Amino acid sequence: MKKTYKIEVDCANCALKMEEAAKKVEGVQGATVSFMTQKMKVEFAEGADEKAVMCSVRRACKKVEDDCEIFLE
Amino acid sequence: MTKKQKKVLYRIIIAAVLMIALYFVPAEGYLRFALYLVPYLIIGYDILRKAALGILHGEVFDENFLMAVATVGAMLLGVYNEANGMEGEFAEGVAVMLFYQIGELFQAVAVGKSRRNISALMDIRPDYANVEDEAGNLEQVDPEDVETGTVIVVQPGEKIPIDGIVAEGHSTLNTSALTGESVPRDVAAGEEVISGCVNLSGLLRIRTTREFGESTVSKILDLVENSSMKKARAENFITKFARYYTPAVCYSALALAVIPSVVNLIMGNPANWSTWIIRALTFLVISCPCALVISIPLSFFGGIGGASACGILVKGSNYLETLAKTKYVVFDKTGTLTKGVFQVTEVKAAPEFEKAVESGSLKGILTDRTEAGDKLLELAAYAESYSNHPISKSLKEAYGEEVDKAQVSDVEEISGHGVKAQVSGHEVAAGNFRLMESLGIERRESRETGTTVHVAVDGMYAGYVLISDVVKEQSREAIASLKAAGVKKTVMLTGDGKIAARNVAAMLGVDEYKSELLPADKVAAVEELLAQKAPRENLAFVGDGINDAPVLSRADIGVAMGALGSDAAIEAADIVLMDDNPMKLALAMRISRKCLRIVYENIIFALAVKAVCLILGAFGIANMWIAIFADVGVMVLAVLNAVRCLNVKRGLA
Repeated sequence: MKKTYKIEVDCANCALKMEEAAKKVEGVQGATVSFMTQKMKVEFAEGADEKAVMCSVRRACKKVEDDCEIFLE
Repeated sequence: MTKKQKKVLYRIIIAAVLMIALYFVPAEGYLRFALYLVPYLIIGYDILRKAALGILHGEVFDENFLMAVATVGAMLLGVYNEANGMEGEFAEGVAVMLFYQIGELFQAVAVGKSRRNISALMDIRPDYANVEDEAGNLEQVDPEDVETGTVIVVQPGEKIPIDGIVAEGHSTLNTSALTGESVPRDVAAGEEVISGCVNLSGLLRIRTTREFGESTVSKILDLVENSSMKKARAENFITKFARYYTPAVCYSALALAVIPSVVNLIMGNPANWSTWIIRALTFLVISCPCALVISIPLSFFGGIGGASACGILVKGSNYLETLAKTKYVVFDKTGTLTKGVFQVTEVKAAPEFEKAVESGSLKGILTDRTEAGDKLLELAAYAESYSNHPISKSLKEAYGEEVDKAQVSDVEEISGHGVKAQVSGHEVAAGNFRLMESLGIERRESRETGTTVHVAVDGMYAGYVLISDVVKEQSREAIASLKAAGVKKTVMLTGDGKIAARNVAAMLGVDEYKSELLPADKVAAVEELLAQKAPRENLAFVGDGINDAPVLSRADIGVAMGALGSDAAIEAADIVLMDDNPMKLALAMRISRKCLRIVYENIIFALAVKAVCLILGAFGIANMWIAIFADVGVMVLAVLNAVRCLNVKRGLA
């Protein structure tokens, strides 16, 4: 299952950090962040609860980059 | 400017005003420090906070950390000097932070602006679809909610949101958003239309054949958006570089602050702590790697965006890089250099047949065409009328009239030879030279290339019809411009016979050709070429995306041409040329070269300026102001340079 989320991030390096952080979250199989299109694409692991996973992804990203934002619908 | 950026702007203005005011305030000692602390905290609180958070989370070495250490260091040095009875310097720390924020703001605005420019260039996403309700009123709905088979209405000036078939109406479409070409296309009821085209003239009702997510426009957008995720070597290099670079500079700065002073102490000289700490701080400010980290992805993104505006889809920055270093280009002839449609290109009646037609001895057969060539074509079309072979189709097309099949009987297909049939009471044979030989009829050969259909009537040679795949008008020029762009060798692969291949190759000016290839042989041919080339030279394969997926993936870079509406080609290739103009390949190459040149310019420029400033800083020649330029100034220049990638000179007829 893949899903794309709109994000807000100010610099390319921060986007990279967010990507690294998101990948480490449990329930995430793969994640890519595009600074240019301001989008995050998340591939969820089998049977993962999408909403709960995205909440932890958001937390993890906030931790590495304080003023980023992920819009969860 | 976004809200966030505006807030930073206000903070900059307030801090700058306070600083100027403080210059005139005659405060002394620690009071002065306290006063300077106000603008410092106003301008720098977020940086300090981020740096602290970074340390807490184990992400120590980032630009916030560099700036925090540099400015806090400068402030503390002032306090230290005050404590020792000297006058402390506090303005510098505030100024560094101020200019850092100005630079950051400028860069954020510039990057945001170019990002939006590029995105706008690629924005072909339709916002809505019109669906008619029972009362006949149009209702705008989200294209994602439209089910397959729904009839949608597209008014003049609107984008077609979903792929489908025209149910009603006729119009002209502008495909330039997809192909970069502004030649309009006519459509009428029953024809397929592709999403992303703009309806120019008439109202269209379209029955959708796909869901929005499966439509051409969504697929293309998906592809372009994902393209920046396939990173080029240059990008990976920078990421890796930054990982080692930042800690390395931090340790060097620490060494610069400590070692000379300690050495001085050991030698019995005064330690000069403050001088060396200032130099170390300057060193830190200079070293920030932002210019590279930001400008390089931006350059690639600009290149990809510029290309897509010309109808060239590049699936990743890595392919842009590969394309720039391409030295060998292999074409699959049909569909790339030629149109892939067979057409009658020559009709040549034999003199005997001409006489027979003139004398009227053939009068009464079929229609009363009196010109020998027309008659010949007619006979060939009738004889072949029961066949579905592409050749018979092109004969029928050239003949242009309905074939009355009742006139044809006793059709005998001779595999590998041709057909014999009774047409209106005459025996007509149409086929290749083998057929003529087997009938013992002498034939004439064409000097042109293509497939020859010889025709004999009642045992008499009547002439031949030549059918060939038409070469695209731009092919020759395209080959020449590839050569001009630095391609070493162009190769044409084809399933055609040797003579035909040689003639086409000579006409187009390709360096090498390989003929009589079966589809499987093409992979072998490409592998052979891959084995010949030098390791740093790349080989591109250009195909029409039909049946050549294995070759497309085997080559260093696969290019599919004329992909408008062909999903298979979009899937298989690395670079997709939306229309079928071979000139686009040379254009794609020019774009990739330009983009790579800008990337290298930025890498070299940024590293060189930083290296020079670092050395100057270490020896105390460069002060904080130069340091700020080395950081922010270089970054802004690199971003401005990167934006040039977006400007693509079309240079196309």
